[in-house]
Amino acid sequence: MLRRCVAATALGIAIALLLVSTPTAQTNYKVPRLPDGHPDFQGFWNNTTYTPLERPKGIDREFFTKEEVVEQMKRAAAEESEQTTPGTVADVHYDFTQFGLDRSQAPVALNLRTSLIVDPPDGHLPPMTEEGKRLNAARAEARKRAGAITDAAQNQPLSVRCILMDRDGPPMLAGAYNNNYQIVQNPGTVMILVEMLHSPRIIPLDARPPLPQQVRQLEGSSRGRWDGDTLVIETTNFTDMFMFAAQGASADMKLTERFTRVSDDTLMYRFTVDDPKVWTRPWTAEVPWKKSIGPIFEHACHEGNYSLTNLLRGAREDEKRAREAKPASK
Amino acid sequence: MALIVAVGTIAALALSFTVAGQTPASRPAYRAPRTTDGKPNLSGVYQSITEAYWDIEAHSAAPGPVQELGASFATAGGLGITDGPLPYKPEALAKKKDNYANRIKLDPEIKCYLPGTPRGMYIPYPFQIIQTPTYIMIVSSYARAVRTVYMTDHKAAPADSWMGWSNGRWEGETLVIDTTGFNDLSWFDRAGNFHSDQLHVVERITATDVDHLSYEATIEDPQTFTRPWKIALPIYRRVEKNAQLLEFNCVPFVEDLIYGQLRKPSSN
Repeated sequence: MLRRCVAATALGIAIALLLVSTPTAQTNYKVPRLPDGHPDFQGFWNNTTYTPLERPKGIDREFFTKEEVVEQMKRAAAEESEQTTPGTVADVHYDFTQFGLDRSQAPVALNLRTSLIVDPPDGHLPPMTEEGKRLNAARAEARKRAGAITDAAQNQPLSVRCILMDRDGPPMLAGAYNNNYQIVQNPGTVMILVEMLHSPRIIPLDARPPLPQQVRQLEGSSRGRWDGDTLVIETTNFTDMFMFAAQGASADMKLTERFTRVSDDTLMYRFTVDDPKVWTRPWTAEVPWKKSIGPIFEHACHEGNYSLTNLLRGAREDEKRAREAKPASK
Repeated sequence: MALIVAVGTIAALALSFTVAGQTPASRPAYRAPRTTDGKPNLSGVYQSITEAYWDIEAHSAAPGPVQELGASFATAGGLGITDGPLPYKPEALAKKKDNYANRIKLDPEIKCYLPGTPRGMYIPYPFQIIQTPTYIMIVSSYARAVRTVYMTDHKAAPADSWMGWSNGRWEGETLVIDTTGFNDLSWFDRAGNFHSDQLHVVERITATDVDHLSYEATIEDPQTFTRPWKIALPIYRRVEKNAQLLEFNCVPFVEDLIYGQLRKPSSN
């Protein structure tokens, strides 16, 4: 009971905090600058959001009212704080409120948009090409052939395998919790440290060429440049098993990310996916990142991946029991 | 008389510099290019060239633990980077020997686990230093290991970790990094040299010319060793024009090794 009260209080504070500021550009905002004159984005940021990538069915507006969004966030926060019932297995596994796994405990930028996708204007992914459909059907077929997700480690999602997570991307999208980032800048380099999987994105700004075509990376090859006060990062050279393949993208995707600091506590993150193999046109999404506090901790996911071991061991144990039970039932 | 004293003092100074620095006393003082805040600029892509990743102590060449890999995974002989044999406590030395005997099962590197500190500085892969006035990031391509060196916001380690919690400061030309808060899971090398969670590492990194760093570290771990000991090695800049860290996310490469025995027998 006490815990629920604490959670409810924390929830109230979180909602109150997020009401203080909105991601709309501060009028006459003067971005802080580094000695080399470029905007200073350094610090800790959080991209937690309640806004879905695609516009929900039945909504045909670009924006909700502030009142509607606050109500939705309150409702979602209340649901998440009630995730577990004390004394149940779920409660033992993850107490969302206690371990900060519910979104209301994170800094959240108020986003009035009905979808993260801003282009196409209908808030939906553009239609898939025939080639894109074939590619994704082949991927689905390969997954099916590989068997159940508990048959082998490789059948699990990249996140469960501690290889990549949504927060790493790129594009970098929030997950349910721990959407923490640190940006450091020095002349010639921007580094974005993603807390999940201690993923260091090191982005050179010296106009060097991308990696050779045959060198493929899970996080691609990123090159950055300044477009006025906006940091533009272009990424190519993905592998076929990269994170955004889950959204249907191909290894030939070209990603363009744009960071603009629009207020002291908001960094606007906008990305365009150009993947003509899969989508009939490029599409663009926008997510405000909210200023947060550090530090970033070491997220040694793979080193402590007991869950994957136990998932597989549990499945093998179940199979063994089923085999042993058969003769007895005859 | 005064002259003799002065000469004696200079000789003593030169001697103490040699011993403390493990570097030739004749080394001319090098002044590194400066960052905008006036500190030596150590940013860049570097790599150690040493056989110490096999064994930080002086060692002979030896066959590798995997027969099928023949000479390509055999141990190259090396002079070591320590200041003598490691001063293990007797029970710790027994564990080191057991680690060596079972290294193919126990070495965290084989499982793509984070390398720890200082091992991350001399494993045979490049690393990058990204320097700012408040944070100095040291990123290894191996396992994407990240160290954050806190230059201003010094605090005690809030939790144990593989790479440790690093507080840094400048002493003239030298970056001094004091690291604590380790877990007891990382090793120093492929020979099973290990530490406990009482490990305390103080590193001193100094640019000796435009392409070289002098790296020294004092290792203290009263649970494992009878006294503190030192390592010292040069670190080399990767001078290729297009030097950069490539992704070495090794987790997918070790899944069959770690989880293979839990695979469903009929599945492929």
